[in-house]
Amino acid sequence: MECSLRESVHLISDPGNLDASVEEVFSLMLGVNSQRYTGPAEASELESVTAVVGFGGVLSGACVFRSGASAAIKIAAHMTGMEFTEVDDTVKDGIGEICNMLAGTWKGKVPELAANCGLSVPAVITGQNYKLHVQSPEFKLHHTYHFDDASFEVTIICDGLQ
Amino acid sequence: MSEVRALIVDDSSVMRKIVERSLRQAGLDTLVVFEAGSGVEGLEQLKIQKVDLILTDINMPSMDGLEFLRQVREQNLAPGIPVVMITTESSEQSVKQAIQSGAQGYIRKPFTAEQVKERVLPLLNAA
Repeated sequence: MECSLRESVHLISDPGNLDASVEEVFSLMLGVNSQRYTGPAEASELESVTAVVGFGGVLSGACVFRSGASAAIKIAAHMTGMEFTEVDDTVKDGIGEICNMLAGTWKGKVPELAANCGLSVPAVITGQNYKLHVQSPEFKLHHTYHFDDASFEVTIICDGLQ
Repeated sequence: MSEVRALIVDDSSVMRKIVERSLRQAGLDTLVVFEAGSGVEGLEQLKIQKVDLILTDINMPSMDGLEFLRQVREQNLAPGIPVVMITTESSEQSVKQAIQSGAQGYIRKPFTAEQVKERVLPLLNAA
């Protein structure tokens, strides 16, 4: 059966779905409350960690998680109960999984998307002073969140919709 | 409950640890865990270890959880052993696929230790 999401684009691009997904993943997997931050842009840490999970099928695009190294370390510590002093393989693995769960939870909010959109395995990028560019997406959601005294960004990029 | 030997298959070492912790929180104090980072590794583990329970992710590189489960059943590597899928995929279609492949349980990520308990313990008690 052919599935079209064109008529449900308002549901898919609803910013509330992203906020609810972030809240769900962080409360269930980390036991922390995360809150959306809508204030002025904050200074970002030089070293950052970015995880990307691709969407394929009726929607193509990606879910991108980005945080500074210290927030990534804090997230991995909450997930595992371990202590970290640097962004090692376990921290990268944890951030990849967070992005995977965010992508899965977000697409699960719209039934047509849950059933007809697949996820790639996460890719994790670390480094300093880099930017991600996407050319003319259909829509993009980009939110900043706080938990404890750390912050992170989640972006949903849709570059194709059937 | 007597000793429970569980195989956890997930390409994420962090998720394997979280699943193990959730099983312990579910009351499986005498848990013995075997880990596999892929479906292929999971099959190898089952050739050398006897287990009482298999928990596997679906979305993994090289061999996904559904193919792993098909191979387990085809090669008769864990006859009668309950398998629980743990995955971010939550559609009815994914659940149906998992059950058709021979899974007895399905847990969607993110999950709580309580959800793990509710879905895993009845399977162990019935086995």
